Order: sequence, then C-alpha cells, then structure tokens
Amino acid sequence: MLGFTSKQLLGVGIFLFAIFIGVPLIIGATGRWDFYFTLTSVALLAIASAGVWLTFYIGRINIGQGAFALIGAYVSAILVVKAGWSFWISLPAAGLFAAIVAILIGLPILRLRGVYFAMITLVLTQVVTLTALALPITNGAKGISNIPLPAGISLFGIPILPDFAAMENTKLAFYYTACIIMILTYAALYRLVNSRLGHLCRSMQQNEELASSIGVNIAYIRIVIFAISSFFGGLGGAMFGSIAQSVYPSSFQVADSVNFMLNCFLGGLGYVFGPMLGTLVLYFGWDLLFEFGKYQMLIYSTILIVIIRFLPNGLLSVRFGKGGDK
Amino acid sequence: MEQILANGVYLGSQYAMIALGLTLIFALMNVLNFAHGQMYVIGGFVTYTFYGQWGVPFVLALVMSCVTLAILGALIERFLFAPVIKGSAREESTMLLAAGIAFFLDAVILLVFGEKQRGVPKIVDGVFNWDFRIIMPYDRILICVLAILSIVTFIGLMQYTKTGRALRALAQDRTAAQLMGVNVDRYSMIGFALGAMLAGLVGGLLVTITGVNLGMGGPTSIKAFMMVMIGGAGVISGAIWGGIILGFMEAIGLALLYQYGDITYLLIFVSLMIFLAIRPQGLMGKPWG
Repeated sequence: MLGFTSKQLLGVGIFLFAIFIGVPLIIGATGRWDFYFTLTSVALLAIASAGVWLTFYIGRINIGQGAFALIGAYVSAILVVKAGWSFWISLPAAGLFAAIVAILIGLPILRLRGVYFAMITLVLTQVVTLTALALPITNGAKGISNIPLPAGISLFGIPILPDFAAMENTKLAFYYTACIIMILTYAALYRLVNSRLGHLCRSMQQNEELASSIGVNIAYIRIVIFAISSFFGGLGGAMFGSIAQSVYPSSFQVADSVNFMLNCFLGGLGYVFGPMLGTLVLYFGWDLLFEFGKYQMLIYSTILIVIIRFLPNGLLSVRFGKGGDK
Repeated sequence: MEQILANGVYLGSQYAMIALGLTLIFALMNVLNFAHGQMYVIGGFVTYTFYGQWGVPFVLALVMSCVTLAILGALIERFLFAPVIKGSAREESTMLLAAGIAFFLDAVILLVFGEKQRGVPKIVDGVFNWDFRIIMPYDRILICVLAILSIVTFIGLMQYTKTGRALRALAQDRTAAQLMGVNVDRYSMIGFALGAMLAGLVGGLLVTITGVNLGMGGPTSIKAFMMVMIGGAGVISGAIWGGIILGFMEAIGLALLYQYGDITYLLIFVSLMIFLAIRPQGLMGKPWG
C-alpha cells in the first residue's frame, strides 16, 4: 500500500495508538497530569527540531532555530492580541513570516558553510532576542503576556474546532493539537526526504560542488530547505506562545537553539524520526530528573556525555528491531 | 576619546586571550568548544579559592588556575573528544559532546562553588589619572599588561619551540603532519590542554576585576565565537584581531550609545552578520575553515 511495507504501517499504527490513546490512559491511571504539559512541550519542540534536522540534511549546522521560534511566537501573539486574528489563522501566518525572514536572511548567510554557518546562526538567535527587546511592537522586556486561548472555528454554523477557553481540560486539547501538528510535520518531512528534492538534498550533503556541477541548483534548494525549516520553527514557537499564553524575548534563547540542535544529534542525523526521539529523551529525561534536585544537571549532563561517548552516531544507530524506528 | 581608546585596549587584550584558546582548539581538532566559557569560569573560581580564600600569592593562584585547566583539558581530550572523533560518522557530533561538557561543568561549578557572585581583594590599589582624560585603576592596567605579555609568550611558544611547530603543522594538515612523524594523538592532547589553560588564565586574571559567577560561562562562549568569526576560525592572528576589534567596538558603542542600553550589542551582531555575508571566512581565515 502506497509503497509502505506492512511492518512500517504497523509501526505507525502502534505509534499513533500510543500517543493518542495510550498516553491519556496512562496519565489518567497514574494521575500525573503535569506530564501533559511536558509531552505537549516535547511535541512542539520536536516540530522545531524537525526543521533543524532538515538543515542538517543539506549539510548545514543550524543553531538558529530559536530565532525563528521566537519570531513565530511574536508574530502569532501580535496578530492575536493587537490585530484580533483567530489563533488558527495566525499559526500558519507565523510559520510563513518565519519562512520569509529565513529567505531574506538565508540569501546571504547560506553561502557560509560548516562552523561559520553554525556560528552565524548562533549569533542570529541573539540578534532576534535583542531586536525583540528593542522594538516597540514587541513590548520590550515585558513581553506580551495576555494572549487569549485559541477560540473556536465554525464553518457554515458547523463547529470545526472547539473554543479552548470554554473547555474544562485545555491541557488535553493542547496535547492533541500539538501531537496532530507534530505528526503532520513529520509526515511532511518523511515525504520530503523520500522525494526528488530529498535526493537532491542528499547530494548536497555529500558534496555541494559536485552536485552543482551535475546541474543541481544548490542556491535555490538551500533557500527552499532553510525556509521550510524555519517554517517549522515558527509553527512550533507560535504554538508554544499560545500554550504559555505569553511570550518574552527570553522565551527562546541561545540555549534553546543549542538544544534544538542537540535533539537532532542525539536522535541521530541519519534518521527522519531521530529528532522526535532526541527531543523526547532530552526534554522528558530532564523533567524526570527533577526529583534529584540540585544534582539534576549533573546527572543529566553525565548521561548526555556517556550517550555521545558510546553512541556517537545518535540513539537510533542502535537498532531496536524494526518496530522502534518505523 | 582617550578614555574610550584605553578601555578598548583593555577589553581587547582580554578578549583576544579568550579567543586564542578557542581558536587553537578549533584549528587542531575542528571542535567548536562550547565549554570554553565554563573553563574560563572554573579558572576564575580556582584563583578565587587560592588567592581570595586561602591567601596564596596571586601569581601562584594564577599558576594553579592554569595547571587545573590544563589537566582538565588534557583529560577531556584524551577520554572524550579523541574517541568520539574516531567513532562518529559525522564530525559535527563533537558539538553535542562539547555542549554536554558545558552542561556538566556548569553543574560541577554550581555544586562546588555555588551560584553567588565572588570577588577577590584588589591586587594593587590606586587609580591612574592623566589630567582626567584617562582614568584607569592600576589593577586594570596591570591585568592588561599581563594579558598582552601572555599573548606575546603564547605566540613565541607557537613560533619558536618544537611543540609549537608540531601544533602548527597539525593545524595545517593533520595527515601530512602525521606522515612527517608528528605524534598526532599526543599533540592533540597538548593543544587542547593549552587551549583550556588559556581560558583558565584569563579567568584567573579577570577575577580580580569583574569577579566571577556561574552565569558568565555561556555569554563568554558566545563572545569568543564572535571574535573567532571576525578574525577567521582557526587562525591565531585572526583571533587576536577579532578580540581587539570586538573590544574597541564594545568600548566605543557603550560610550556613545549608553542611554539606549543593549542597542550596542544589537548593532555589533548585525554588523557582524553583514560582514560575514560579504567575507565569509573572516579577516584572516581560510575559505570554508
């Protein structure tokens, strides 16, 4: 069916079942309602990490996703609070705005490679944070802290999406929304990697000059990929702002940009679903270690170092059999 | 104006030292050392402990900072970076390791030294005052002179000793250096230790003026990255130029735009991005690092 093996379909099925039915059941049984927020964050961060992974796919180290997430969060917040848009329209608008910014910035900086690109994207995160502090529309250091919950949408009188403010359990609603967006993102990513564009990206990853010499328009492809990557960043950031109902210049910082990159490394750069697993392990692991109090950071970083020391090609480089990596 | 220039020299000499260590490590191993800022902070804390707490002479405390960081750097290279570089499919995996080490060192600093701002007694009292045109405390002048001396010593070491020659050969071409009989593993370790030692030395020097606290690590790393980018990654003269340029930009920007707050840094970052778009390899760097 559609070129998927039955094993792959089974894996996807199990995965969907686990996140949409399994997780709510487990949380309901154990009463750890705070996990909803953690898992929602994981889903959203995984969306942004997917973008970073995509730039890795054309051989660029991207430490600037925090910048685009922050841009997305601000665009959505400003559209909802100041222009009175519906959140659901502001969400793609935030992604598109981030993509447009990425195209403008990408034109000059995508000529850089290797460490130079990595460092300039790191600086970009700082630029966006400082710009958010300086511009009047972003409200400076005070940020925007009165974002309403997403309102419902109805088409011809038929409600399509419920009003979040009227719901008893917004956590669950946000969890489902984040998961759906995440699944759409990774489906798009999987489709992209297995398309003609994906092959062209792989050729660029190996050798840009060679790819260019056999007729691949590398300048065009890297702009497109960077724009898509930033679109994901903007999307994740906008959703995050809506859940936190606030956005500050410090919402996404250099540390977050670095974390997005780490998620990709940890999951494995050769695997589409690597960033998802990496985000889950890093973010959830951090949360679980909270009980160790002041030793949290020590244990966390030790585990991180041990993982990279013994599995330098990412977690998925250990095969758990086919079920684990779809 | 003279005051701004003097501040520029003072800032630039410190920055150049921080950037030197980072660029050395990058040139030798192609590793972007995210933990450089944390190493700097550890250097500061070691000097604080020896000089500020136990009353050991300042110079001796500085030496202790250098030794501690050199050992730490050597261990990190030997047991973490070297095996990961050998085992990973893509070189960039070392970034994850570097970031992990940065987190780890932050955690260790937090547990051992706590999160308070620490300062030490002044090493020299008094303020140099030239007709109110240049006002600068003597300890700053001393630190500035020490920093410049260390940079000169470092360059001398790299130019005229056998170790320095081996390190430069390694930075130029790893394989060729190996073929010429350079013990690559050993000199990588020495180079990393030297880079870490420089970070520790700056930390030890600056603790006498700015003090030291846990949160200084990350921002220091970012500043060091910027200096390295301005000058060109992996080039020693580039790191020094980068440090001096950033130091002067900061001194001038803070003097002229002080009422606008962080706008100085925004301008520096934006002009850096424009500069790199035009000249991607920095002032002195080789194209594509």
